[in-house]
Amino acid sequence: MTIFHFISAFFSDSAHWHGYDGIPTRLVEHIEYSLIALGIAGAVGLPVGLLTGHYGRGGNALALLATAARALPSFGLLVLLFVLMGLSKLPVLIPLVVLAIPPILVTTYEAVRTVDPAPVDAARGMGMHQAKVLFQVELPVALPLILSGLRSAAIQVVSTATIAAYVSFGGVGRYIVDGLYQRNYEKVVGGATLVAALALATLGLFWLMSRFAVSRGVRGVRRP
Amino acid sequence: MNGFFDMPSDLQHSYVGLIGLHLQEALLPVAIGLVLALPVAQLCVRFKWLYPPVLWATTVLYAIPSLAFFVVLIDYTGQTETTVVIPLALYSLVVLVPAIVDGVRSVSPETNAAAVAMGIGPVRRYLQVELPIAVPAIFAGLRVATVSSISLVSVGALIGNQGALGNLLADANLYHRPILAVSSVVTTAVLAILADAALVLIRMLLTPWLPKSARRARRGAGGPAGPDANGDAGDKAGGLPAGGTLGDGTTDVRPTAGSAL
Amino acid sequence: MISIEAVSKRYPDGTVAVDGLSLEIPDRSITVLVGPSGCGKTTTLRMINRMIELSGGRILIDGEDIQHKPVNALRRSMGYVIQNAGLFQHRTIVDNIGTVPRMLGWSKAKARERSMELMERVGLDTSMAKRYPYQLSGGQQQRVGVARALAADPPVLLMDEPFSAVDPVVRRGLQEELLRIQSELGKTIVFVTHDIDEAIRVGDMIAVLRTGGKLAQYAPPDELLSRPADAAVEDFLGADRGIRGLSFFGTEQLPLERNGIVAVDATAAQVAERAADLPQLLVVDVDGRPLGWADAARLRASGARNDTAGLLASGQTFRLGEDSLRVALDCAVLSPTGWAAAVDGEGRAVGVVSQEAIARAIREAHGRRGTAPVDVGAAR
Repeated sequence: MTIFHFISAFFSDSAHWHGYDGIPTRLVEHIEYSLIALGIAGAVGLPVGLLTGHYGRGGNALALLATAARALPSFGLLVLLFVLMGLSKLPVLIPLVVLAIPPILVTTYEAVRTVDPAPVDAARGMGMHQAKVLFQVELPVALPLILSGLRSAAIQVVSTATIAAYVSFGGVGRYIVDGLYQRNYEKVVGGATLVAALALATLGLFWLMSRFAVSRGVRGVRRP
Repeated sequence: MNGFFDMPSDLQHSYVGLIGLHLQEALLPVAIGLVLALPVAQLCVRFKWLYPPVLWATTVLYAIPSLAFFVVLIDYTGQTETTVVIPLALYSLVVLVPAIVDGVRSVSPETNAAAVAMGIGPVRRYLQVELPIAVPAIFAGLRVATVSSISLVSVGALIGNQGALGNLLADANLYHRPILAVSSVVTTAVLAILADAALVLIRMLLTPWLPKSARRARRGAGGPAGPDANGDAGDKAGGLPAGGTLGDGTTDVRPTAGSAL
Repeated sequence: MISIEAVSKRYPDGTVAVDGLSLEIPDRSITVLVGPSGCGKTTTLRMINRMIELSGGRILIDGEDIQHKPVNALRRSMGYVIQNAGLFQHRTIVDNIGTVPRMLGWSKAKARERSMELMERVGLDTSMAKRYPYQLSGGQQQRVGVARALAADPPVLLMDEPFSAVDPVVRRGLQEELLRIQSELGKTIVFVTHDIDEAIRVGDMIAVLRTGGKLAQYAPPDELLSRPADAAVEDFLGADRGIRGLSFFGTEQLPLERNGIVAVDATAAQVAERAADLPQLLVVDVDGRPLGWADAARLRASGARNDTAGLLASGQTFRLGEDSLRVALDCAVLSPTGWAAAVDGEGRAVGVVSQEAIARAIREAHGRRGTAPVDVGAAR
């Protein structure tokens, strides 16, 4: 019960809705950083993933990259960069981008590579050129999996941006870190609730995207 | 390397001691997760209607950042190791359930029919047929859970020095000694890679029956495992898809905890 | 004897898979259930080992109702072979075959010995014992499947489309292997297939089922081919059932021209002793093996004179008494002269026979068997 008490106390306090430490400001900060990181990661990961997947090359390199990226502790990387580079946007953005690229890249590669070869063969047989095969045959079928890679990256970015409050970054994680420091448990729990809500909203957003962007014929085959 | 292995005294542990603590905080949750996941997965296999809601719940749980979990638990379990272990066990559970379900479901209908026709009862069938055949998928899940867990323990530093090697990060910040952060990141990454390699090795020893070339061919485990036991939520270990292989030179990096290695 | 008595299978959604089916399945023979998809053949098979519980009627094995037996004991008393074999991919070949014996409490050594023996019986090299299923071809896996089903020496073998997933050449080999094993072991085999040719090749009795799970006809293959119960069965049998039916008639009774053969070194005088009314003669080498056909008039004029250059190819030959009338007719049709050459077990020519003579023999054979082709519409 106490948790809910804290939550309601946090959100009903009007002081939490205004100013540089208000919920709207913190949310905007959080979303802004997440979007920038995701945008950069997507701009790198999607084309590389599509091309490597289409030509079926580079899988070994990607597997290595995936293993290495999984092993790299994101929180550690964040603190390390902050200690080395000091207070600026870069120590936060770099780990976020570094962490978001592998899921996008690897999933996109795998999504395109595992498309049923029969329709691809048929398309080539009809005289479609490479770009058309990729965008009209492979991409629509691979889309659910590609979106799931993007979603993984997005959720990861949102979560890591939370921890980034520890290195003086704004965003919603600020409440948790400050609350812990000030021994203000109401603030901590309120922050945690916001963070969880943000993660779930991201999940929901991608769910909606896959509902609308994925062909009905494909949805039956692979779960988005 | 000055300072790489010299731990500040406030950590109350030597370098090796921190590694031991880190492994304990990381692996205990995976073990707990596995013990809980087996029966849950079996329920999902037996009662098919149960699986979609369970999958949905795992996706949601996995999306919630670890820090949020940690701080909510502080009220109940204090700033202790337990506060770190509980969420990590939950994440492991959430990765392992779809992995095991997909693994057990990857047993071909013919094999199942043959087992039933030979008069092999359900318990024996589970232990001698389904579970062994699910081993590759279970290990794919274990690898994701283990690597995630090792990485996530560090976040425990935020809730009062419960992060083992992660506590070095706090000290690096506090005393401005970057070498401590380097030590933390490198050691954690090496631990994760070694644990991953160990799991791959054990899996290979357990599955001499797996075709060497079929790791790629077996899209088996039934497509994407769940909306998202996709290996990674957020801060979780730079969580990447399961199935990325280390050392066997294959390229199977399907983003599903359940995919074959 | 497996007695299927008025058995039905109805599903909760109202689908009827099997509808009042009655069959007497004789011991020590192969009974084939055949029909289009959805005819309930697999359902029927799976009701025998209670993989599917029946919703009406009963099944008796040697007079005992299968419902009264413990289900796992019942299943262990029957071998079960399925499409794609369904091997345990995580166990070696020898362990796969030994599964049921081990469950029955055999010692490891005894189960292993039995596995090895069975590998040989189904035509597998025992050097494969330690391999895993993925290291075997589809045909080999299917052999392991058969060996596994035979492991505990069950009196009954249930086979559900066992050879459907392998290519035609391998399938033919497996069918022959099955017949050979059956001739050695004499199991009671129930065999499900959708392939009527396979049914005719392996079946001692064939039950043709029609969609909706009703029995259309239950007869031995030759009778099925010569007297299909109705137009639907006839249609299912395919276009050339008359020719295929000849597979069940032997060649012992063929009126051979034993005088139609001359040695390659025969003189004109020796040729003259041969049947005078034959248009051509079969020239054979010194061992009696066919070399080719030669014009009779020319030979009578000059002798064979070891001249093999001018011969017409002897073509395919049939083994007298071993091959069927179908093979003999096929030889005659393919022969450049319209005559077929019969050989003995060593490949030595024993006589020749014309298409016309074979046609007469076919009519006589039908008459003896009482299977004379009748007009389907008038018959039933």
